[in-house]
Amino acid sequence: MTVTEETTTSGPGYKWVGTRPIRPDGLDKVTGKARFGADLALPGMLEGAVLRSPHAHARIVSIDTRAAAAMPGVKAIVTGADFPDPAELGGRPDEEMVAANIIARDKVLYEGHVVAAVAATSRKQAQRAAAAIEVEYQPLEHVLTVDEAMADDAPLLHPDLKTRGMDPAPEEPSNIASRISHERGDLDKGFAEADLVVERTFTTKPVHQGYIEPHAAVADAGENGRATIWCSSQGHFAMRTMTATVLGWEPSKLKVIPAEIGGGFGGKTVIYLEPLAVALSAKSGRPVRLVMDRDEVFRASGPTSGTKIRVKVGVTNDGQLTAAEAWMAYEAGAYPGSPVGAGGMTILAPYDIPNFSVEGFDVVVNKPKVAAYRAPGAPMAAFALESVLDELAAGIGMDPVELRLRNAAVEGTQASYGPKFPRIGFVETLEAIRDHDHYRAPLGPNQGRGVASGFWFNAGMNSSATVHVNEDGTMTVVVGTPDIGGSRASMGLMAAEEMGIDVAKIQSIVADTETVGFNDVTGGSRVTLATGAAVVEACRSIKADLRARAAKTWDCDIEEVEWVDGQAQHAGGGETPLSLQALARKSGRTGGPISATASLNARGVGAAFSTQVCDVEVDPETGEVTILRFTTAQDAGTAIHPSYVEGQMQGGVVQGIGWALNEEYIHDRDGRMENPGFLDYRIPVASDLPMIDTVVVEVPNPAHPYGVRGVGEVGIVPPLAAVANAIAAATGCRLVDLPMSPPRVLAAITGKADG
Amino acid sequence: MDYLSPVSVEEATTMLSQTPDARVFAGATDVIPQLRAGRPEPQALVDLKGIERLMALSQSDGSWTIGAAVPTVRLTESAELRAEFPGLVEAVGLIGSDQIQSRCSLGGNLCNASPAADSVPAMIVNGMRAVVASGSGTRTVPVADIVTGPGSTSLAQGEFVVEFELDRPPANTGDAYLRMTPRTEMDIAIVGASARLTLDDGVCTAATIALGAVAPTAVRVPDAEAALVGRPIDDEALAAVAAAASEACNPIDDKRGTIAYRRQVAGVLARRAVATAAERASGRETGEHRDGASQ
Amino acid sequence: MTRTHITCTINGDEVEFLCDQDETLLDALRDEVGLTGVKEGCGTGDCGACSVLLDGRVTCACLVFAPEVDGTTMVTVEGLAEAGQLHPLQQCFLEGAALQCGVCTPGFLVAAKALLDRNPDPTETEVRYALAGNLCRCTGYDKIIRAVLDAAADMQTATNGGSTAATTA
Repeated sequence: MTVTEETTTSGPGYKWVGTRPIRPDGLDKVTGKARFGADLALPGMLEGAVLRSPHAHARIVSIDTRAAAAMPGVKAIVTGADFPDPAELGGRPDEEMVAANIIARDKVLYEGHVVAAVAATSRKQAQRAAAAIEVEYQPLEHVLTVDEAMADDAPLLHPDLKTRGMDPAPEEPSNIASRISHERGDLDKGFAEADLVVERTFTTKPVHQGYIEPHAAVADAGENGRATIWCSSQGHFAMRTMTATVLGWEPSKLKVIPAEIGGGFGGKTVIYLEPLAVALSAKSGRPVRLVMDRDEVFRASGPTSGTKIRVKVGVTNDGQLTAAEAWMAYEAGAYPGSPVGAGGMTILAPYDIPNFSVEGFDVVVNKPKVAAYRAPGAPMAAFALESVLDELAAGIGMDPVELRLRNAAVEGTQASYGPKFPRIGFVETLEAIRDHDHYRAPLGPNQGRGVASGFWFNAGMNSSATVHVNEDGTMTVVVGTPDIGGSRASMGLMAAEEMGIDVAKIQSIVADTETVGFNDVTGGSRVTLATGAAVVEACRSIKADLRARAAKTWDCDIEEVEWVDGQAQHAGGGETPLSLQALARKSGRTGGPISATASLNARGVGAAFSTQVCDVEVDPETGEVTILRFTTAQDAGTAIHPSYVEGQMQGGVVQGIGWALNEEYIHDRDGRMENPGFLDYRIPVASDLPMIDTVVVEVPNPAHPYGVRGVGEVGIVPPLAAVANAIAAATGCRLVDLPMSPPRVLAAITGKADG
Repeated sequence: MDYLSPVSVEEATTMLSQTPDARVFAGATDVIPQLRAGRPEPQALVDLKGIERLMALSQSDGSWTIGAAVPTVRLTESAELRAEFPGLVEAVGLIGSDQIQSRCSLGGNLCNASPAADSVPAMIVNGMRAVVASGSGTRTVPVADIVTGPGSTSLAQGEFVVEFELDRPPANTGDAYLRMTPRTEMDIAIVGASARLTLDDGVCTAATIALGAVAPTAVRVPDAEAALVGRPIDDEALAAVAAAASEACNPIDDKRGTIAYRRQVAGVLARRAVATAAERASGRETGEHRDGASQ
Repeated sequence: MTRTHITCTINGDEVEFLCDQDETLLDALRDEVGLTGVKEGCGTGDCGACSVLLDGRVTCACLVFAPEVDGTTMVTVEGLAEAGQLHPLQQCFLEGAALQCGVCTPGFLVAAKALLDRNPDPTETEVRYALAGNLCRCTGYDKIIRAVLDAAADMQTATNGGSTAATTA
């Protein structure tokens, strides 16, 4: 087996950036000391349980909590009536939706929708009490797919929901929350110029982020109208804002302390348990811990959208894409907010296509409200487009990488979603795959090779960081973006590079909402970029301060002091250099403690591209697909800590493989999930996979001090199509419905043989 | 729920007679998830692992005796058992992860009465017998007669399996078990197929074939067996096996697979299992397994 | 309900605790003994995050009733390092970046220890199958598998007095 790992050499003469030190939080995580969401226990703490709807769609006629409240050990019960009416929050419609999703009032909109929550002296007793709450439901007709929800006579989830983005605006309500569109050029002319046009319709099922740590929250509400929440999330400031909204509190009344987070992938950018825990704590006067079971995670958190996407693309015989048309409908779950907007913006983004039209719909269905999942909306879109490109390449007899190269977006290309691309590395990822050994390796019988590419915007948003110089000459970097994949290590490396000191002398921590300035969530692959930029900026302030102190010590002008290799040097060489440690030790005599904060709204986001190649073997008699080999090339900008860059690339690929092959939400006719556990919701296991070979392409982002683009998300965009294209090569069958599970693959093979 | 831990068969039968709403368990790998999923709680849980006889694994000249609660890891670690019954050991080794293998047992895998239980077709083709205890003594029952449908068995209230008897195979005999799962591990069979053959100079003198996950219980496939006996194992015989196996299915559509898929793949796996069993019976098999468990 | 008194050995120490008769070992270890390094990912034996060594066998603590462990010997992730010295697996996980979020890590380390205890020189395929009961959603398993192979090589080298080359790739 080939197990190459390739990393292009890092940056222009960096000493620390591009190295692979042990991460600062690593020791606690290999010894069991790290505290995740469910690991905190407070004195006097109660345990909670949540009562959830067994119906996909029903009116709540009545809730009777009297029997439950009378049970021994039961200290508090809350229902929708204990929270402000979302409609009266005075906020934006999406805030109302968040609130309504946390606990139902008059209607439940999906199986798993919260109806009540209980706090008791033990978890078991809380569960018993929750089961003893009597709820009378009046079941309503439900819709589970975009086809059902968009039908003319479909039952409505929200009687007042009228489609946004339509001209003219509709008068009647529907399950279509919004319509998006992008157009350019002349579609008819474009298709007329094509020598080959392929049109296909693709479907994907909802899939879950599948983080191993279930959601957990501990809340302790005081007598003073304030509360403290400990929870694992991708952004404790966002948890604070959203929780306050649902409770009708001012955000500053809440303090949120981040626990270590056991995976998120976008699914922990939203709240579920936090307002319930605060309300139960306020009512009982004691700390309350709420932890989801795995089946609650599946039924009531995440997932991402099931989709239906129709794509039509035209190409000339010499490989010029002339026109593309896409129609996309994404399930939002019970409340509006599917990532169809991002799906529509990303579907054509890698390519320079003169004529196109993209139309998308955000459709509510009686399933859990979708949450972000790694490059939200993009993988399904890329599955459709990249499958069609594969067919076009085969149809005109062109190598599929060559077809992509001929149409690839480059610096200056006007992206399909609007702006002109700055320097990007898409072509470099295509060339990396084209030139890789893997791309030329021989294949055996029943084996096939597929390639696909993907795009993701990456995000900037708001970050704050504070840097302290400790009295022993070490430094503490304080950030407010939870570390879900090694970002503390990256922060340390950038600070070490900036300060010229050993990374081992830098401790990076994630601080609570009262200890560091505001930070947006860890999401959008933005932390190394945006929080990293804040850390660098703070370090630069510190360096200026240190130079000023050295100048004071030497009684010279600050311009005569340089900061080199972790110490202040006099330009003239007339003074003994002052190390960081020396300056720290005398800080009390040179102006006091040395500390700096930087807060910024990150600009200059660098778009990310990935190209991947996958080999499969298909058992023609059972439909079983084995991933034989997988190589992913991704533009990281600069790999600050290459091991964690590779890790993000590999993790994204494997989630994509799971999505491609076996993962899906299965609902019965009543809208109840049939596979809410890791036995039947089949995420890949170690024995399903080969090593995932990585090629880290580094086309630095000119807008970041170290060239960072962000690496967390784009890796999940290509695998769905890469696997589908490989299966098509192995079997001659084009699969358009995910997952490509053995029964589906065998049916395709059998159908082809019969047809 | 009370936790009870008898140390003898007699003590266990007494406990069970005194507590009608008791549930026996060995590895608990099915019991705990079922309770968690909302199955009604019994009054008592009776842990059978404290009874020496249920935890014993022994062989005599003529047969093996496998305690009903012996964790399957002890079976997969037994080179002697694997040498004589590679297919049985393969099947047993597929019941869950290493973590599950440390706990799960043949008795549990059988009496949980899942149609998809991996060990059951392999036990059936090898003619295994269950020794069943109750307050009135013990009786010996073919494994094939224990499971009566999904989740139900022929065991009376208060009865439990003590051990299994497995006759050592005649010369030139081989067995095999194959299953289809979407993942390589941690999965429930969509189809399972077990075969055992005895050959005499290339001609099949005895054949047993059983399928799992394609009917309410594991099923024997007499038509496939009849298609083999008295013949060499050639392509024609294998095709007949596949056709008979597909025909023997009485499957359902469920979240794990469709009727059509199960029928089609049952034939494929039965054919492949017969081919592997024949290779083993003729001593041509390499003994390599993909999980490298055959040290 | 009367609580049951349990005496057992955990990570080399004699430990006593009280538990409910139908409590799982996972809940007992976390809530009664305070060993929160043992994680709950599913509660049904499907993810391996709660893996412990129970009398030397790797087991999901969520699938054991706490009263069963009276008189047994257990090892959890908290017991892998000895006298402040990390186990080679822990060291290789750190050096090889074999963890991202880290919540599955305790279970992987315990299961990998069980593997190396019985098979000190496993192949990549053997490692993959031995760890198939442990789910990781962050890493795609690549660096975990490499770390286990590296640890096996390091331990072989140590055992053989440095005569075995520590290569895995």
